[in-house]
Amino acid sequence: MTPITIKKDQKLKTNSLMRRMFKQWDIQMMVIPALIFVFVFSYIPMYGVLMAFQDYSIYKGFLHSPWVGFKHFEMFFNAPEFWTIMRNTLVISLLKLFIGFPAPIILALMLNEVRKASFKRVVQTISYLPHFLSWVIVSGFVVSLLSTDNGSINILLQSVHLIKEPINFLAIPEYFWSILVTTGIWKEIGFGSIVYLAAIAGVDPHIYEAASIDGASRLKQIINITVPSIIPVIVIFMILAIGNLLSAGFEDILLLATNPVLRDVSDVLDTYVYRIGIQNSRYSYATAAGLFKAVISVGMLTLANLVARRSGNSLW
Amino acid sequence: MSRTSFGDKMLSFSIYFLLTILAFVTFYPFWNAAVVSFNNGTDTILGGVTFWPRDFTLDNYEIVFQDKRLMNGFIISVLRTISGTVLAILATAILAYGMSRRELIGRKYYMIMCIVTMYFSGGLIPSFLLIRSLGLMNTFWVMVIPGIISVWNMIVFRTFFLALPVGLEESAKIDGSNNWGVLFRIVLPLSGPVIATLSLFTAIYHWNDWFTASIYINNIDLLPIQTKLQQILNSNIMSDQMGQMDSAALGRMAQMKSVTTKSLSMATMMVATLPIICVYPFVQKYFVKGVLVGSLKE
Repeated sequence: MTPITIKKDQKLKTNSLMRRMFKQWDIQMMVIPALIFVFVFSYIPMYGVLMAFQDYSIYKGFLHSPWVGFKHFEMFFNAPEFWTIMRNTLVISLLKLFIGFPAPIILALMLNEVRKASFKRVVQTISYLPHFLSWVIVSGFVVSLLSTDNGSINILLQSVHLIKEPINFLAIPEYFWSILVTTGIWKEIGFGSIVYLAAIAGVDPHIYEAASIDGASRLKQIINITVPSIIPVIVIFMILAIGNLLSAGFEDILLLATNPVLRDVSDVLDTYVYRIGIQNSRYSYATAAGLFKAVISVGMLTLANLVARRSGNSLW
Repeated sequence: MSRTSFGDKMLSFSIYFLLTILAFVTFYPFWNAAVVSFNNGTDTILGGVTFWPRDFTLDNYEIVFQDKRLMNGFIISVLRTISGTVLAILATAILAYGMSRRELIGRKYYMIMCIVTMYFSGGLIPSFLLIRSLGLMNTFWVMVIPGIISVWNMIVFRTFFLALPVGLEESAKIDGSNNWGVLFRIVLPLSGPVIATLSLFTAIYHWNDWFTASIYINNIDLLPIQTKLQQILNSNIMSDQMGQMDSAALGRMAQMKSVTTKSLSMATMMVATLPIICVYPFVQKYFVKGVLVGSLKE
């Protein structure tokens, strides 16, 4: 007796839900087509990640390719290039984290000390610009500046007699990491400083007044007032940066490390997935490497957030 | 208040000094590329062209503008930027407006469905295979369609719509408009600043993106200028680059001995950057706001 009534109730419920949705068809029609779109372009690839556990073949398709378990992961971990890639990924990321992360904070602190509005505006206008240029253009600048064929850097170093012959910087593995990190800072330092400038602007000016009456120098005010008050913002961006630790770079590396000599220092997880997957068409293997990266990244983001929550500044 | 201590003066001086260096270092690569693009290529080889063109010429640009393939890339980029931006902003605004209506049944689930995509994605290879199985390879639309719905922009739009006064919409509904009418006749006309901000960012993304085309498009006639430029810069060998060029431009180049690979690629880079420089003042006006909306969400 009871089950039947439940069924009836449910049917009634779905019916009335459908009716209610139909009644507001105008808003539902605003949302549903777009959500189908999201489903196709975001959720189908998420499901497609499962092909990391298959021997995917384009002829058989996703549904008919054989399942092989962790074969591709094992292959990836045992690949001779695995440790090189991991080293490059981590070293480049950590360099970007330790040098690239504080750079915009320092710029924001410096800009905040500038009293001349016109000077400040000029510096801001110039330093934000590179963010809006494509990596193709930026790498073009770098190649041109560093070229042996009258690149400005070589001209400069030669004119101060630091070097005799022009150096082909982009063909020497030892220089690659520095070039990469410097270029990244060059491109993003200004834009990255905007958020910190906004946070600094929110500091109560009375605190500075009180400090200066007490005789604190400007430097002391920066260290003891400005920096502590933007710590929450710094922590949030730090968590995000740690979550991205395995994303050492992609476009920048792809475009700057065109010389095969650099492969030993430039191959990172993302570029490896691209090279193996798109260029060599080893789809399952490349997906496995990509999935490995995604899993570790989510883990690190969660971990960083957990640590940050103790200090009361967590992401969620 | 002129009682500044020596330490403060030193600090102030070093800050101005460092910022001046930073501004110079940021601006110089750009300036130098522009200078080389306006300088006689053969003269550039002699070296020493840094701050000012020594042998001013427009030959490099003449070649670039005569090269049909480059100009074709430029047109593709323009078409892609316009269609990609208009469609994306329109579709995203419609979705966002629906999501901002409190009476929308399933709103919570729809929102979760969108937000999940901000944290998880299928990655490069599954997306690549999807695009291929949808038959989008080697089409113009592969650069436009996959980016039409941006969850991030949807949230920005939605936050803005939620802040609009409710009374406006109520009165329109009493006048007999349905939600589509309210969106197009009342809400969107009031959303000028958000539309401007998001359009600018979307347009810049489309203009700058070279990667999508580089993996999905083989047909040379469909490549946007950034991807073409990437191929030109990538081919270090002169002959490779000449192979990319159109024969008429090649002939013209043989006549003018003043043009070299370097001067030519610099001129192409300037042409590819020009639209960004043109919109930059507007971007600057809006982006601080845009970035702030973004950071509040984080």
